[in-house]
Amino acid sequence: MATAALNPVPQVVAHRVERAPNGVVGWITTTDHKRIGILYLVTSFVFFLLGGVEALLMRLQLGEANNTLITPEVYNQLFTMHGTTMIFLFVVPMMAGFGNYFVPLMIGARDMAFPRLNALSYWLFVAGGIVLYASIFWSPPEAGWISTVPLATSTYLPSGGEDAWIYMIHFTSIASFLGGINFLVTIKNMRAPGMTWSRIPLFIWSIIAYSLLLVAALPILEAAVTMLFTDRNFGTHFFNPAEGGSVLMWQDLFWFFGHPEVYVLILPAFGIISETLPVFSRKPIFGYKAIAASTMMIAFLGFLVWVHHMFTTPTPLVVLIFAMISSFLIAVPTGIKIFNWIGTLWQGSIEFRTPLLFSVGLVALFIIGGISGVMLAMFPVDWQLNDTYFVVAHLHYVFVGGSVFGIFAGIYYWFPKITGRMLSEALGKWSFWLMFIGTNVTFLIQHSLGLDGMPRRVYEYANVGHLQLYNQISTVGSWILATGVLFTVYNIVRSLKHGVVAGSDPWKANTLEWFTTSPPPVNNFDEIPRVRSVEPMKDIRQEIERRSRDAAAAGATAPAKVPA
Amino acid sequence: MRRQVLLCGGLVLVVALALAPSAFAGTFTPESGGSPNANHIAGLYDLTLYVALVIFVGVEGALAYALIRFRARKGRVAKQMHGNTRLEIGWTIGAALVVTVLAAAVFIDLHSIRDPVNSGPGGLDISDGVQYETTGAIKPPNGRALTIQVNGIQYIWRYTYLGNTPNADGLGDPYSYYQMVVPTNTTVILKVVSQDVVHSWWIPQLGGKVQAVPGYTNYTWFKIAKPGNYKGQCSFLCGRGHARMIAEVTAVSPARYVQWIKQQKAYLAAADAQATNFRAQLSGKQGAAAVELTSK
Repeated sequence: MATAALNPVPQVVAHRVERAPNGVVGWITTTDHKRIGILYLVTSFVFFLLGGVEALLMRLQLGEANNTLITPEVYNQLFTMHGTTMIFLFVVPMMAGFGNYFVPLMIGARDMAFPRLNALSYWLFVAGGIVLYASIFWSPPEAGWISTVPLATSTYLPSGGEDAWIYMIHFTSIASFLGGINFLVTIKNMRAPGMTWSRIPLFIWSIIAYSLLLVAALPILEAAVTMLFTDRNFGTHFFNPAEGGSVLMWQDLFWFFGHPEVYVLILPAFGIISETLPVFSRKPIFGYKAIAASTMMIAFLGFLVWVHHMFTTPTPLVVLIFAMISSFLIAVPTGIKIFNWIGTLWQGSIEFRTPLLFSVGLVALFIIGGISGVMLAMFPVDWQLNDTYFVVAHLHYVFVGGSVFGIFAGIYYWFPKITGRMLSEALGKWSFWLMFIGTNVTFLIQHSLGLDGMPRRVYEYANVGHLQLYNQISTVGSWILATGVLFTVYNIVRSLKHGVVAGSDPWKANTLEWFTTSPPPVNNFDEIPRVRSVEPMKDIRQEIERRSRDAAAAGATAPAKVPA
Repeated sequence: MRRQVLLCGGLVLVVALALAPSAFAGTFTPESGGSPNANHIAGLYDLTLYVALVIFVGVEGALAYALIRFRARKGRVAKQMHGNTRLEIGWTIGAALVVTVLAAAVFIDLHSIRDPVNSGPGGLDISDGVQYETTGAIKPPNGRALTIQVNGIQYIWRYTYLGNTPNADGLGDPYSYYQMVVPTNTTVILKVVSQDVVHSWWIPQLGGKVQAVPGYTNYTWFKIAKPGNYKGQCSFLCGRGHARMIAEVTAVSPARYVQWIKQQKAYLAAADAQATNFRAQLSGKQGAAAVELTSK
């Protein structure tokens, strides 16, 4: 006994079998990419509804000329919260949610590369959301989502709202930065056997672009808001012109982040519909390599165009010309994508299910946002249109028509995989048509508001010309759009219990997430299939068909085994 | 029959578009008519709008056609193709060509939008006395322009009519708030600054907007042919009063402008005299106590 005590033998003692905790504790402590994905999706969707309510309140105020419903102070808080929420707390984390849930499933992995880091990302995002929304009980930020200086400095806005905004940026930026690294490492290292770079799904390409953009652009934003924070609280003068600081430096830094951020918001939506369009056209994607290459091209060019947000600042002509040309260049890969999507539909056998409707809606609406974007890139034209409702219309065609429709396509496409139940097609179609009509009624007329001389971010306008009529049309449209969104909310709540059971592959889709059960087990796949093309599920289905035919021909009754 | 309908529809569209700029200024095209630079921007915009509409109709049309023609039906089999390199190279070049044309249009129009023109024959006679030396601004070919400083303040615009005193910083020059008075047929260069937060100067009919950035000087110009009022407002978020930071440019004949400036100078001189008088009065009395009393 004595010798045993002197020379302890290392041993593993299992006191009890570790069981995953259930209920709330299970969700809070989870490191499962699917649960984290669901947390991301649900939390961001709640923020989407909050941001939507803020938008409706603004449209209500603008429904009448010289309206006094909302004070200027509250109005400024509303558009600041709306923009900030939709960008930082809805679209970016929503895409992180889809990415979290589907990146491992689509590449045939069992989890993300760093599961705990993944959980940290989610909880940092939640912390950011809480910090920002806690400010509504004191004084919310009111310097716009661009937090323009010197307005956002303590001289002009001494209240804590701006500081809350800065904390929110820090929390969500670190969350997205870590999330981006996690996605990149996962995609680089954990792909199924045979899944070469030219066989990864286009949604994965878009998440690569999303992650690279976040990792490269967010540190710039964090540096900028840190300078703003020390300006506000510790007496530095980075943005104080009276002490040698530079106001334009803020604009440069913010937009150097801000424009890549636009592609962070839109590229994953493009990725989603690059998955859905081939599935519902029953055709391979048209020009896989061209779409993947244009995704990366857009991501790269996105870093060269930030000055097109600053065409009216005192900036040298050569810089304006550079920003115009680089913005024009982005139109080329974007155009390629649109043509390739139409090429995918061409000569297909198009099934008008709800995910397809939202995907096609994205294409139809994004064309408008893309064209007005090219118009705005022409800097002398932008001198008239900059900071007017024309820009509001343009960016909402891109973000509502693009990102939101892409997200809804994703919700309708992947809900069966996440929950095991189908969403109602009838409710989905109502939702789509109301949202499609609502988006156009709300935002098309806003081009004219801008051309008529109405600037952005004004809480009131005079009753001259057609301003009131146009604003009323837009306000009515916003309610149509909101009703459409409510149809989907109801659809989700209803289908969780009463939806038709989906089975593992209800759409006869092309990618690996449909290879496992719906919802997938904790380990995703017991057996990871070898990938032979960009459409592994199609190969698997064909293989099953071939084997059962052979088996039938041979008179055998044994069921075909899925190839491993 | 179908072709004829299409053709008629197309014709109607073309005619409507041709009439659009005049009939729907402010609905389909930017406002213009006050100054040549605004007119040139509107022209450039119109060209772009036509290109945009052609592309819009073409692409949305192809999308709609594909959706109707290739919808799932009994017996319909999707054609399994993976792409078409020739076609893809074709539309890449096509897209590049379109933006090249637009870039060329910008370069052709840029000079007439950005660079001030000479004052017209009926304009203000700008002698060296009212000529203000601006270092950063582009000048008209003959080098003569009236310079007015536009200063953005939360939430009002202040205008200083530079060159009426020898002071380079505009000290002592006539000034006004909200309403800017300018002579017709005269090239006016605006020196746009801000003394607090970022604002943006914009009178839609007189051309594009420029940001007033504290610590920087920005420039723009206009030349108004007809007397009249041109309204606009601050177009960069500057705080809670942003929506009410409005501006008006009133163009009057050069003779009336000279008279107006003279009157402003007289007001200034009167106010100066009054202040001097008052100061003398105060210092003549018993000092601090009296000052306190009077200021109440």
